[in-house]
Amino acid sequence: MSQRSEAFEPDTTPDSPELGLLGWLRWTWRQLTSMRTALILLLLLAAAAIPGSLYPQRSADPNGVTTYFQGNPELAKILDWFQLFDVYSSVWFSAIYILLFVSLIGCVVPRTRVHYRAMRSQPGEVPAKLTRFPGYKKTATDASTKAILDAAEATLAEQGYRLVRRKDSISAERGYLRETGNLVFHFALIGVLIAAGIGGGFSYNGQRVLVEGEVFVNNLASYDSFAPGVFFDETQLKPFSVALDKFEVSFDLKNSTNIGTPLDFRAYVSSKLSGDANASSAVIRVNEPLELPGANVYLTGNGYAPVITFTDADGQISFSGPVVFLPQDANYTSLGVVKLPDSKPKQFGVLAFFYPTKQQLKTGAFTSIYPDPIDPLLSMNLYVGDLGLNDGSPENVFSLNTHGLNQVAGGKSGTKAVKLVIGQTVKLPKGLGSVTFNGLKRYASLDIAYNPAELWILLFALLALGGLGVSLTVPRRRVWVRKFEGGFEVAALAHNDDPRLPTLVDDFVAAIAPKKGRKK
Amino acid sequence: MTSVSLNLPLAQLSLVAVFAAMAIYTLSFLVFVWHLTSIASEDKAASAKSANLQKFGYGLLVLAVFVHGIGVVTRGIAASRVPWANMYEFSVSGSFILVAIFVFAWRVRDIRIIATFVTGFALLVLGTATNIFYVQVKTLMPALQSYWLVIHVTVAVLATAFFNIAAALSVAYLLKTSAYVEKSQSKVVGFARRVLAAFPEQQRLERLQVRFNSIGLVLWSFTLIAGAIWAQRAWHRYWGWDTKEVWTFIIWTLYAGYFHATSTRGWTGKRAAWLSLVGFTAIIFNFTIVNLFFKGLHVYSGL
Ligand code: HEM
Repeated sequence: MSQRSEAFEPDTTPDSPELGLLGWLRWTWRQLTSMRTALILLLLLAAAAIPGSLYPQRSADPNGVTTYFQGNPELAKILDWFQLFDVYSSVWFSAIYILLFVSLIGCVVPRTRVHYRAMRSQPGEVPAKLTRFPGYKKTATDASTKAILDAAEATLAEQGYRLVRRKDSISAERGYLRETGNLVFHFALIGVLIAAGIGGGFSYNGQRVLVEGEVFVNNLASYDSFAPGVFFDETQLKPFSVALDKFEVSFDLKNSTNIGTPLDFRAYVSSKLSGDANASSAVIRVNEPLELPGANVYLTGNGYAPVITFTDADGQISFSGPVVFLPQDANYTSLGVVKLPDSKPKQFGVLAFFYPTKQQLKTGAFTSIYPDPIDPLLSMNLYVGDLGLNDGSPENVFSLNTHGLNQVAGGKSGTKAVKLVIGQTVKLPKGLGSVTFNGLKRYASLDIAYNPAELWILLFALLALGGLGVSLTVPRRRVWVRKFEGGFEVAALAHNDDPRLPTLVDDFVAAIAPKKGRKK
Repeated sequence: MTSVSLNLPLAQLSLVAVFAAMAIYTLSFLVFVWHLTSIASEDKAASAKSANLQKFGYGLLVLAVFVHGIGVVTRGIAASRVPWANMYEFSVSGSFILVAIFVFAWRVRDIRIIATFVTGFALLVLGTATNIFYVQVKTLMPALQSYWLVIHVTVAVLATAFFNIAAALSVAYLLKTSAYVEKSQSKVVGFARRVLAAFPEQQRLERLQVRFNSIGLVLWSFTLIAGAIWAQRAWHRYWGWDTKEVWTFIIWTLYAGYFHATSTRGWTGKRAAWLSLVGFTAIIFNFTIVNLFFKGLHVYSGL
């Protein structure tokens, strides 16, 4: 084991006890770039990544963080102070990986220099004392120096060794590729990090819910939400448009264990680039994004958008159009909200449930038993009161704050919820007007994402994989042969303790020693 | 995919094959245990017989893996897709790969001695799978309908199998080098000592462990990259620190640490063996606790 370290591990012992400032810096640098530090930083990084899987992260699960704050406000504040909801961008996590990569650079740059020199120079002198190596054999023979060294040279060359022959000895070495692979691997990791960093800066992704028949135009105003990287600039948004012509879902109706399981989601879209006269059509599936210049369009969700019209007491249409409902379960029982601030005589809000295939429970409540609209029902609870839409604070279109409102239909209001099937018009209680369920559409949630560095990251990652594969499989060995009066000795050293070394040496000696009974 | 036929009777047959394989594994496990006890026996005749016992155990193991293979293949046919889309299927296919690799690695004489561990582990996995993870055959949810399911998961299973064998070797190494095992006067430990005497010498165990872990690491790196490519297509970003991604990363980092340990003075030997075990524990944790109890995008346990 010690031979391995002497031969291959950079020396990490400090210079001398009396150090000046420069000496200390040098010492610190050496410590930082030692294998032991790299090892400890790697283990630290593994440990530091754990909390990110225990607590919801703002980047991956912002709702989870909000819920956590509501559930344990005090604890959440403390956790937040330690950046436990942003682990992977936290000061401490970043510190560990930056140190690790500084250490990595400090380690591989000098090693590259050493390796480059080793590749260009010949294997070094034969060590004075060969007996200390793990593979060693001494053989008596009266063959000539030339005969032994010729045979050794031929055998070693055949086995792919680089060698240098001197007067009465040979030094040989093979497996340079191992170190090359190792260096390629470590450099490629730096490449991955840099590409990921730069790519992240120029990337963006945004979400948009699109109902059948609607068109998305790629500009900032069209996004429901948008997350740009730090270097993002609006000119990066390439002008294109995507129209959702039709959305189809196939659910399993055939296999008894599987009824209602989604088999396929298909968004039929027409996309148009700025110069195009005609739109080109495409189908977006869950694993098959639409690739447009400057962005990919992904399908991330879907649901129903019932088309509803409200007419107020004055006969004015106060709302008309598709309403996006959020699915609440696998059978698409869905929840939607409509706010009617301009309705006469009073403004009111609607909390609506949609059941694609309704069934009434014993309690009288409804549920959906199949996700396709076989027997759809819309049911509405109405709330009268100030909806608070006029004070300019941002509103959430998917939720209705019923606090301070007066429920006039559904629940415990004493009036039944308003129920409609497709095509039906129903009068609302308390003289609020009427509502019509005009029809049913589906919608698709689309994610529009762009990251210019993806290909680079992939290339570096594959390079790293290749380097790792090479460095873990190519054996690195040194062999020395020395002829002396009346015999010769062979020694071998492997990069890792290789128990086969003695056998290897035996075989080698057998190969080059003159065969018995043959003339030398 | 708009329509798929699931073959429920065939899925039943698959389950029967898995149970049959478990029965044969149990026999094989018992024979291997018997083999270990006879090695340790001071009675010369008994320990001479032990080689035959090992052969017998191996024969049973080959039979078990064959029946197990039938279970895997029929499950795949029953579902008309690859049989590793939920925890039950992943456990059954994964343990099959583990034992299959071990059966092939039998040529490496020194590895035979961990047969008890490998069969025991496969039994444990199959027992958990059939008792806790079992689900009826189902079609694939759209997010899983991708050839990356074949590539990413196959390689993950392979990597796990290699790490698993390495972990068994690490246990053997740690026992063999333990000062307690060496010195204790207790009868049980004395017995263990005699069993361990039949194990390959310490350096050989270490070397094999490094070999299996290095194949495991290359495969795991590939799993990680393939997962990122798939995530880029299915979830519109190649990496998002989803819980499962986090644990894949942690495992990768632990094994990278392991390899640094194997060439760092003072960290080889026992410490490296412990790291190998920590890495494998993280894998088991990732597959069980993280799948069942952590929130994330990988909600494929099917439970
Ligand atoms: C991002 C951080 C790092 C990762 C993920 C990493 C990963 C790895 C892996 C997986 C190996 C095994 C491959 C092999 O044995 O050839 C390895 C080997 C090696 N690493 Fe790193 N490493 C990192 C940082 C460092 C640093 C900072 C140093 C320098 C102090 C370093 C020096 C080495 C050396 C010298 C080897 C070769 C060991 C040998 O030849 O057996 N690595 N590294």
